Amino acid sequence: MAEAKTVKRKRSKLTAYNNWGYFFVAPFVIVFLIFSVYPVLRTLYLSFTDLKLVGKGNWIWFANYKRVLTDKFFWRALGNTFTIWGVNIVLQLGLAFLLMVIFSDVKYKMKGLRFFRIVYYLPNLIAATSIAFLFSTFFMYPYGDFNNMLVAITNLFGKIFQRRDWIGSSSTAWVVIAVIQSWMWFGNSFLMLMAGVQGISKDYFEAAAIDGAGRWTIFTKITLPLIRPILMYVAITSLIGGIQMFDLPYLMVSASTASYGRVQTAMMYLYKFGFTVGTTQVGYASSIAYTMFMIILVFSIAEFMFFNRKKED
Amino acid sequence: MRHQSVGYHIKKSLIYLFLIALAVTCMIPFMMMMVNATRDGNEILTGFSLIPSVHLKENWDTVFSYFNLFLGMRNSVLVAIPATLLSAYFSTLTAYGLAFYQFKGNKVIFIVILVFMMIPGQLSLIGFYQLCSKLKLVNSYIPLIVPAIAAPGTVFFLRQYILSTLPKSLVEAARMDGANELFSFHRIVIPIVSPAVATMGIMGFIGNWNNYMLPMILINKNEKMTLPVMMATLRASQDITRNQGATYLSVAISVIPILLVFAVFSKYIISSVSAGAVKE
Repeated sequence: MAEAKTVKRKRSKLTAYNNWGYFFVAPFVIVFLIFSVYPVLRTLYLSFTDLKLVGKGNWIWFANYKRVLTDKFFWRALGNTFTIWGVNIVLQLGLAFLLMVIFSDVKYKMKGLRFFRIVYYLPNLIAATSIAFLFSTFFMYPYGDFNNMLVAITNLFGKIFQRRDWIGSSSTAWVVIAVIQSWMWFGNSFLMLMAGVQGISKDYFEAAAIDGAGRWTIFTKITLPLIRPILMYVAITSLIGGIQMFDLPYLMVSASTASYGRVQTAMMYLYKFGFTVGTTQVGYASSIAYTMFMIILVFSIAEFMFFNRKKED
Repeated sequence: MRHQSVGYHIKKSLIYLFLIALAVTCMIPFMMMMVNATRDGNEILTGFSLIPSVHLKENWDTVFSYFNLFLGMRNSVLVAIPATLLSAYFSTLTAYGLAFYQFKGNKVIFIVILVFMMIPGQLSLIGFYQLCSKLKLVNSYIPLIVPAIAAPGTVFFLRQYILSTLPKSLVEAARMDGANELFSFHRIVIPIVSPAVATMGIMGFIGNWNNYMLPMILINKNEKMTLPVMMATLRASQDITRNQGATYLSVAISVIPILLVFAVFSKYIISSVSAGAVKE
């Protein structure tokens, strides 16, 4: 009897302790509901209305979504986003992967990882606004530094270089932006991949070396399978970030430039309807946001399945 | 150790050459920016150089006759520091609450956190702006600071960290001694998790400092603009963009604080990016 009582007392004391949990998470929950959950649901609600700028707007069911699906400017913007992201991710992941291979090679045992990874990460720290102006000036037509450098180099070989408007022309602007984007992000991907490699137990490598496994075998049979989850993580986060691309193209190419139609991203299109004076259509912009979300979701799931299917081989 | 062939050394040198070339590509835009900040427009037009010139003062005057970058910097500090501190403190509190206490709704909160980590920002953007204009918070720093209290990614990371590093017995021993739960949190939990909090805090600070879209949407008064928003107004200034030296100088001024933070905290920054990969 007495024992049961102490157990009961202990348990009630434990619940008393556990009730502190509510107290600890309360500030988070309150702020989260107001500034995260509510806005997301509010955007969802607005996407079913025809609200332009102020007032209430009428409930119009899926009319906005029908409009998005047939809006060729939206699809062009989405196509721009994907081509810029595509070139960017190939360069960014390719370079990061190459660096990971170099630094994890058991034969060459490269030194200086601590130094190089810091330098490679540097571009990622700078605000996109600063990067945008740095490179706008760098690629300026006709007498920006990039053109000047190319002229100087081609002069060395006795040829004449035709100065180009790298950001102003449709054929080069999107590539320039993709390259800058990769320049900003490859160090980040490299650090993540390298963290994965360093997380692999040394025992595997030693055991493989004792069994006489070659570098290639070690790489394909140990390193690659074990960093696959991180590769997937990098690919998915990059996709989510990439589809929301905004700062660089928005700041580097103004609406009056010839290349604007080639670099306008989906996010810039959303911004046009969500926040630009004169073209504001809040309801429509909200439906663009949710359409983009659906697309991100589909691609993330596809990417997830792609990486997981490979695992079963 | 086995003696390596000549081919091995040549290959190794070539790989180092590649690594160094890549490192130069990462640094040269910043070096160029510093150098060009001291050259005038004409000098930059005539050719590329890495030797500083003498026009820093002129460029400085051009830049500051257009906008006061130090005001932008002060505004950025006023936003980024409170946001970082709030996020660090409340994320730790929440993470500890989720990791150490069994209460109803614990699991639900954790799942919602996971879901929101995957939801891209633009889903809340329009609703967020509407909310702020309804609450008359446009041109106020509150919407840039207060939401930092609820940072799902940071909470998730710290929860995992607390579960793997903080022994339950430590907190229980404090209970035996009659310590208040909040006291235990401040005196036992915070010191133990502080390396992880510092790591997240520095990344959070850089993120807040560089944030462009939200402050651009919410702040439209010149004297309240944060540094990135102020920088973006450069596009409208013919005086500055015509003089490339002045553009480079304003970029340089905006970049220096972050370079300093990086120089001091690079170790934490590197480890936080690495931790981001391993947490999966």
